[in-house]
Amino acid sequence: MKPPPFRYHDPGSLDEAVALLATLENAKLLAGGQSLMPMLNMRFVQPDHVIDLNRITGLAHIRESAARIEIGAMTRQRDLEFSDLIRCRCPLMREALLQVGHRQTRNRGTIGGSLCHLDPAAELPMVAAALEADIQVASRRGTRTLPMADFPAFYMTPAIEPDEIVTGLGFTPWPEGHGAAFVEFARRPGDFAVVGVAALLDLDGAGCIRRAAIALGGVGQGPVRWSRGEDLLQGEAATDDTLRAAAESCRGVAAMGDAQASADYRRHLAGVLAGRALRAARDRARRVP
Amino acid sequence: MTAPAPGADARRITLTVNGRRHDVEVETRLTLADCLRHGLGLTGTHLGCEHGVCGACTVLVDGRSARSCLMLAVQANGAAITTVEGLAASDGTLHPLQQAFQAHHGLQCGFCTPGMLITLIEFLGDHPDPDAAAVREAIGGNLCRCTGYQGIVAATLDAARRMRAAP
Amino acid sequence: MSEGLIGRRLPRLEDPALLTGRGRFVDDIHIPGTLEAAFVRSPHPHARITRVDATAARRHPGVHAVYAYADLAPHLTANLIPADNRHLAFEANSRPPVLPVDEVCFVGEAVAIVVADSRYVAEDALALVEVDYDPVPGVSDCRAALAPGAPLAHLGAADNVVKTFQTAFGDCDAAFAGAPHVATISLKQHRGSAHSIEGRGVLARPDPVEDRLTVWSSTQGSHRVRNTLVELLRLDEDRVRVIVPDVGGAFGAKHIVYPEEVIVALAARLLGRPVKWIEDRREHFLAAVQERDQYWELEVAADRDGRLRGIRGRMIHDQGAYTLLGMNVPLNASLAMPGPYLLPAYQLDVTVVATNRVGVIPVRGAGYPEGVFAMERVMDSLARDLGLDRAEVRRRNLIPPERIPFDLPLKSRDGTVTRYDSGDFPLCQAKALAAADYAGFPARQETARAEGRYRGIGLANAVKITGRGPFETAIVRIGPSGKVTVHTGAMPMGQGTVTSFAQICADVLGLAPEDVTVVAGDTATVSLGIGGFGSRQTVNAGSSLLLAAREVRAKALAVGALVLEAAAEDLELRGGAVWIKGTDRQLPFAEIARALGGGVGYARPKDVSPGLEATGNFMPPDVTYGNACHVVEVEVDVGTGAVQILRYVVVNDSGKLINPMIVEGQIIGGVAHGIGNALFEWMGYDEGGQPLTTNFGEYLLPTAPVVPEIEIHHVVTPSTVNPLGVKGVGEAGVIPAAAAIIAAVENALEPFGVTLAEAPISPGRLVELMAAGRS
Ligand code: FES
Ligand code: FES
Repeated sequence: MKPPPFRYHDPGSLDEAVALLATLENAKLLAGGQSLMPMLNMRFVQPDHVIDLNRITGLAHIRESAARIEIGAMTRQRDLEFSDLIRCRCPLMREALLQVGHRQTRNRGTIGGSLCHLDPAAELPMVAAALEADIQVASRRGTRTLPMADFPAFYMTPAIEPDEIVTGLGFTPWPEGHGAAFVEFARRPGDFAVVGVAALLDLDGAGCIRRAAIALGGVGQGPVRWSRGEDLLQGEAATDDTLRAAAESCRGVAAMGDAQASADYRRHLAGVLAGRALRAARDRARRVP
Repeated sequence: MTAPAPGADARRITLTVNGRRHDVEVETRLTLADCLRHGLGLTGTHLGCEHGVCGACTVLVDGRSARSCLMLAVQANGAAITTVEGLAASDGTLHPLQQAFQAHHGLQCGFCTPGMLITLIEFLGDHPDPDAAAVREAIGGNLCRCTGYQGIVAATLDAARRMRAAP
Repeated sequence: MSEGLIGRRLPRLEDPALLTGRGRFVDDIHIPGTLEAAFVRSPHPHARITRVDATAARRHPGVHAVYAYADLAPHLTANLIPADNRHLAFEANSRPPVLPVDEVCFVGEAVAIVVADSRYVAEDALALVEVDYDPVPGVSDCRAALAPGAPLAHLGAADNVVKTFQTAFGDCDAAFAGAPHVATISLKQHRGSAHSIEGRGVLARPDPVEDRLTVWSSTQGSHRVRNTLVELLRLDEDRVRVIVPDVGGAFGAKHIVYPEEVIVALAARLLGRPVKWIEDRREHFLAAVQERDQYWELEVAADRDGRLRGIRGRMIHDQGAYTLLGMNVPLNASLAMPGPYLLPAYQLDVTVVATNRVGVIPVRGAGYPEGVFAMERVMDSLARDLGLDRAEVRRRNLIPPERIPFDLPLKSRDGTVTRYDSGDFPLCQAKALAAADYAGFPARQETARAEGRYRGIGLANAVKITGRGPFETAIVRIGPSGKVTVHTGAMPMGQGTVTSFAQICADVLGLAPEDVTVVAGDTATVSLGIGGFGSRQTVNAGSSLLLAAREVRAKALAVGALVLEAAAEDLELRGGAVWIKGTDRQLPFAEIARALGGGVGYARPKDVSPGLEATGNFMPPDVTYGNACHVVEVEVDVGTGAVQILRYVVVNDSGKLINPMIVEGQIIGGVAHGIGNALFEWMGYDEGGQPLTTNFGEYLLPTAPVVPEIEIHHVVTPSTVNPLGVKGVGEAGVIPAAAAIIAAVENALEPFGVTLAEAPISPGRLVELMAAGRS
């Protein structure tokens, strides 16, 4: 299990990187390497060129500006895990991160890499979906952003052009006092989830749900925003019954089965875990008039 | 064995491994693990899966643990690397964690051991007083087929005690 | 320092090197000029090979050779790996070829070797070797393979039955006639692969000057590898030396001799260069032998009080494409079933079936976990059907201590009657129940249920044959340096063999263990060797070592008495010398070694044989049986089906303990392996025979967070058939583990009407069973 031959490029700037990507045939971008490197070692991918993004400055940052949080694509998962800003303003992401792989993989793995690998059970795409993040993309033709909802094209494939690089994501954090929970079931801690649920709730002074978000992972081709469940929550009192109804609706999600878990089991888990996530999010939320 | 093949994409890199500087010419596709093992002869770092799951190949890159099967040697250019060979003091005195591994039977065949030690060195650095569950979680990405992990957990807790007592 | 090293928790001598990165595993050995190999492997479960063309691969820069069957055949005396186990001989077509002639029978079967400057280049060239395959139908599921008209696993075979045999005693017809209780039980058992963290590996170095071949192999049997190379490559024994370096775990998968070992050795000879092949994890998944599927259909007859009258039934065993070790696994499984229980009549008809999957041979436990699982499922079903407590049913059936030694009317593999030489099974169970507070469990279960949590407890007993002979040599040598060296054919692979052996030897010779060097796994130093499997090494080689060390001690005393002019009773061995007790007069071992080594002018007794050395070849008159009782408490998350093990108690009887720390390490490691077998490890294949789980992300080994703290208690009934009183322990932990865990899960899910008849069991399957039980 050794990587196949390729030409290695390590551009020092984004401009250089997009120029290389635009001109080189059969090139792969190397971010944290936690997904690409195993695939290279197993020779599941055999690129002619590998463009390493690790030397590019300016792609790794976590900052708040104009009431938005902006995260560079090359930001390591571990830097997000230890970020005060993320912990305070986006507890959902932090809770999810703690379930991403292991310390050794989070030290290298990047948020951009995780988004682009787009494993249907990966935590960070679920979080991005729940947060309605915008994904920023650059190419030699310029930059553009696309909503996370449009980011997955199909199974493990983002809707970006071959000459485009994901440079970061941005989102508006939920208001102070919102409740967030990321609950997943993995066979062993640190494994890819069988199914995961990201839940966000914002309660008004009366304990009614002002806004809700549910994202499911491990069921479909990519992260699934479950609006049917969100609609059942919107404007309702956050009682156990309300949450249960929304959680149960998750069993209706279209799921894929494979050797590891049947479609039925994944749907079942979506319902069970959504219930847990919603209750935790509700219990963590403050009523904010 | 690790000298670049003629015509292969290769680069000259500098690695500082366990405090010692090495200048080597590597094929760009060479993994850091193979560079350490076969290029520099530091065979303490082991390969158990080469797809990033077993943790046997864990080394510290600039102080942070990483799976060396998932890094290219070129990516470590300029980095400071710590491998299992660099844990004992220069006079040969074992690191308290190494001592504790022996005292608590934290190894059998020893194949997973380098990765365990490196992972736990980083962990103890920011968790000086962990409980058993935290230790188990910390090595959740390191497979051991021999020990059932129990001796490793006991050793880590004991090492933490020793290291707190004599920092 | 001197006496009393046996039974001490001494730190291991192996550890300092392994802890500092100075271990020497096969891939750590760097010989200048070594070439590296990779194998072309079949992507098809079953296919004809119509053409192999390596022209392009051979031209690839850095490639030194590509060898397929036609290239190697002229240099081999035969194209079949020799059968290692002659008992219950099996059909020739189920022995693996060194390289396939024109048919591949499983995915991963080696078709050709590529030897290149590096493994990187060798892998590059794999894609350039053109192999034309003509896929033919194959069989994957061993039950389907028995259906009339099923595709054949081997072209030209009459059917897919490798072997049928029966294990039986007593009169089953009588036992079932008029039995007050008869029940049927169907079980589906699957055990996964060995997955030592170090894969296999072999390095072969030809020496044209001396016309020798030195082979380093990560194997459980140095001499078996040597003998195979001698046979297939037509070499003299003294021209082939096999050395086993540090081995990063083995667990059965390194027990046999593989085609790769032969091919690499031959390639090295043909090229006149050292050649190394290091198995990668994917190859281990595809081509290292595994255990796998067994389907049991049982009928049990019992009295109303739960006492067994008889068990009869049928078992189908998936053998895969090849048989490398006779009927070892299915036979053991059938022999293991009676275990510690009084079973008046037993009849199991076993059908061993060829499939287009990699061959099956023992993984740690070797069929015993399956036989025990079957028996323990029977016990739990009796308890359920008869309204009895599960521990009580077992207690009523356990062989009472007063009937030990106990002869089970079962012929063992070597044709001898099965005799449990020692043990106290009820005591072990009672201790385990007490340690786990079995009596208090119903209250715990009730409290948990009141909170909506589902707890269960399970127990299992097992007896394991250990210490199979016929012998394992140990040589103790003290030369003019005065240093003590032990040579043995036993094979360390992580079990602390070096330390245990040093303790045994040092204990006799009045030394510290670190004064003893143990050299194992080198065919150059011991002429015979059998190897590491079946929990046999401490029993055999340890006993041989004890005898050899005693003989060396007697020689040292005899010389000491002569030279020091003292009576032997007044002498003692201490610190590498013979001392007159209570004086400062002593004679160092080095002097004695010189005297017995024929040194001129030295006094030596006439009746002492040359050399301060001795060879022990203890031949155990019989095998010895260890036993254990495991009690497990679990909680099942009924929402997800996740099982959490809350408490794990082991009471183990492995006879006398040389180093309890090492023994406990073996048990804990075995239990962890059993947790994998019960809850995680599944080697999947599709209906066509394509493996579904070929990496560590898909095949789940137990990790630290899912393995609990294991609590161990010892019962010590010394073995009566060896001078150390020891029993093997390498497999003890794994054998009852899956049975106990599955029983605990079943108990937790009693309110859902779930009964479990399979292992492993996944969370998804539990959810499915709960849903079925509810409706
Ligand atoms: S060898 Fe790198 S994680 Fe297994
Ligand atoms: S000690 Fe053998 S794999 Fe951990």
